[in-house]
Amino acid sequence: MDTLLVFPDPPPPELAQCLDLGGWVWKSMPNAEAAMAEEPIGGWAGAVVVADTDPEGAFALCRRLRKVEMPLSPLFLLVDSSQLADLELREDLFDDFCLTPFRPNEFQARLEHLCFRTGREVQPELVEYGPLVLNLETYQAAIDGSPLDLTYMEYELLKFLASHPGKVFTRETLLSRVWGYDYYGGARTVDVHVRRLRAKLGEEHAGLIHTVRSVGYRFGQSRWNV
Amino acid sequence: MLEPMGSTSEDRRKDQQDYVLRTVEERGVRLIRLWFTDVQGRHKSVAISPAELEAVLDEGLQFDGSAIDGFSRVQESDVLARPDAATFELLPWADPEEPSGTIFCDITNLDGSPFEGDPRQVLRRNVERARAIGFDMFCAPEVEFFYFADTDTSTAPVPLDRASYFDLTTTDVASDLRKQTLHMLEALSIPVEYSFHEDSPSQHEIDLQYTDALSMADSVMTLRLAVKKIAMDRGVYATFMPKPLNGVQGSGMHTHLSLFQDGQNAFHDPGDPDGLSEVARAFIAGLLHHAREITAVTNQLVNSYKRINEGYEAPRYVSWARNNRSALVRVPVPKPGKVESTRIEYRALDPSCNPYLAFSVMLAAGLRGVEEGLELPPEARVNLYDLSRREQRDLGVDGLPANLSEALDEMEASTLVRDALGDHIFEWFLRNKRAEWNEYQRQVTPFELETYLPNW
Repeated sequence: MDTLLVFPDPPPPELAQCLDLGGWVWKSMPNAEAAMAEEPIGGWAGAVVVADTDPEGAFALCRRLRKVEMPLSPLFLLVDSSQLADLELREDLFDDFCLTPFRPNEFQARLEHLCFRTGREVQPELVEYGPLVLNLETYQAAIDGSPLDLTYMEYELLKFLASHPGKVFTRETLLSRVWGYDYYGGARTVDVHVRRLRAKLGEEHAGLIHTVRSVGYRFGQSRWNV
Repeated sequence: MLEPMGSTSEDRRKDQQDYVLRTVEERGVRLIRLWFTDVQGRHKSVAISPAELEAVLDEGLQFDGSAIDGFSRVQESDVLARPDAATFELLPWADPEEPSGTIFCDITNLDGSPFEGDPRQVLRRNVERARAIGFDMFCAPEVEFFYFADTDTSTAPVPLDRASYFDLTTTDVASDLRKQTLHMLEALSIPVEYSFHEDSPSQHEIDLQYTDALSMADSVMTLRLAVKKIAMDRGVYATFMPKPLNGVQGSGMHTHLSLFQDGQNAFHDPGDPDGLSEVARAFIAGLLHHAREITAVTNQLVNSYKRINEGYEAPRYVSWARNNRSALVRVPVPKPGKVESTRIEYRALDPSCNPYLAFSVMLAAGLRGVEEGLELPPEARVNLYDLSRREQRDLGVDGLPANLSEALDEMEASTLVRDALGDHIFEWFLRNKRAEWNEYQRQVTPFELETYLPNW
């Protein structure tokens, strides 16, 4: 997954938590120079810029990211309500904005929508988490270097979970995201497949998929102990 | 970062095919076995090469069905095997140098419509019918079988753990076999709940974790193959014959059933003192009401009735109970806090059945009860084996058919079974099984020779 640029460095803790729980890969940067120097090979996936504490630094960064040959997009701005007037005549510097203090659900939804709209939800070719590697190009999965023999749905479920480590998904969400229309058995189908996946991951790695009591499932560790 | 929603089932089918093709290529698969099941429930397999795979995934594999039990028709005999790409697996026991894959197939007519002789299509149709009124059925069978010491089936079976005085060695062989079988089953996406040695010599049981009816029927087919194959490799014979030995209990396939509606267990009602919903009660009532009609399908061999008549863990009487193992339907009490596991257990089935057809008729019988709002008769609180026939009649308790012939009579008169199986399989099954019964009736058995020859 491509990395999101986040400003300032460090970001407000509630933003860091929200990004982690949303399964985003991100890196915070103190200024435009650092952002240019540290730019990943495929470019930044987008930027989340918080302008409420350091408006000058924030808008300077936005300008540097946008007034170049290949402007960075999407750019998501967070401002407090007193700054709304500052947005005037700066429409070209951001793609969407959200007021602080933000509501995590709204933030997630807007950011996802923005990335979807601007086509920046680029799928990586490899998903890696600890000993697990999924090659999305060849549909092959391996753990500790040994290939995993998976059915199509087992592979799709593992791919989805491993692409969003640390995020908790309800059975219903997994069902609609992974199975789509074509499934038997409702939400219980998810349990059945998780059990199969755990069996195939083997005892040592079965714990990669955590059951979150009365919510659903989470892949990998959560930084926030949810 | 999240995939867009709303991919169509056509996209999904394409993705699944890509997945199979890429895996075959990446893993160097040399052979793909197309699996399907005849009406008797026997496993059929056609192998194709990777070069043929793409076309077969797209168009199906055409073959002459007239050689398959229950597939022949008067006019057109050609049918298509259409791989269900979602079921693709690598065979865990294949030579690692020459990996092979397997796919379950649906059988269709040449015009693409479901072939009426295909048991998998029959179960598909029954599952769809249940879904149309909002229910998904989940099954969890407990499959029993015997290991015998010799793979020669023409001689009398010798139980494995009595085969030799070297008890330790033979016990090791059996537990080793079981361990390896479990390992293979997990590798084939069939999670096992428990596995243990049963009461009879050399009898074993593997309990599967629940899943939807269609996947479970596939799993039962794979399990039977895996158990036999792994035993065969060690020079041991595994059998799912319901009653291979005199005087000890036979092999059953008690099957736990539950219905889910909107992701919730439709058998559970927190407001009911017993935790059982109206749906559960009516479903059990339907099963009991139609039990005699569906028995030919759940217990399809002459030999099946030897197990039922012997008793032990096999139900002889049409009844239900919470904790009474002589009952046909048992309602296990779910552990506190585990209401999602509310389920019922149908105990007549034996492991020789065709799981697609057996699950179909059980589902149809139960749903008929739900649709008609059938009332559940009182629970059997006494051991029915201890009662005289007259006492049983007074309690309104019927027996299951005493033999295959009686079961076929019941089935023949059943519109429910005809409807669930479709005309083609219904009629073929009756014809085939009547012939089996008539053949059996003409045999002079060891019992007769032993009992009559010295005296008459």
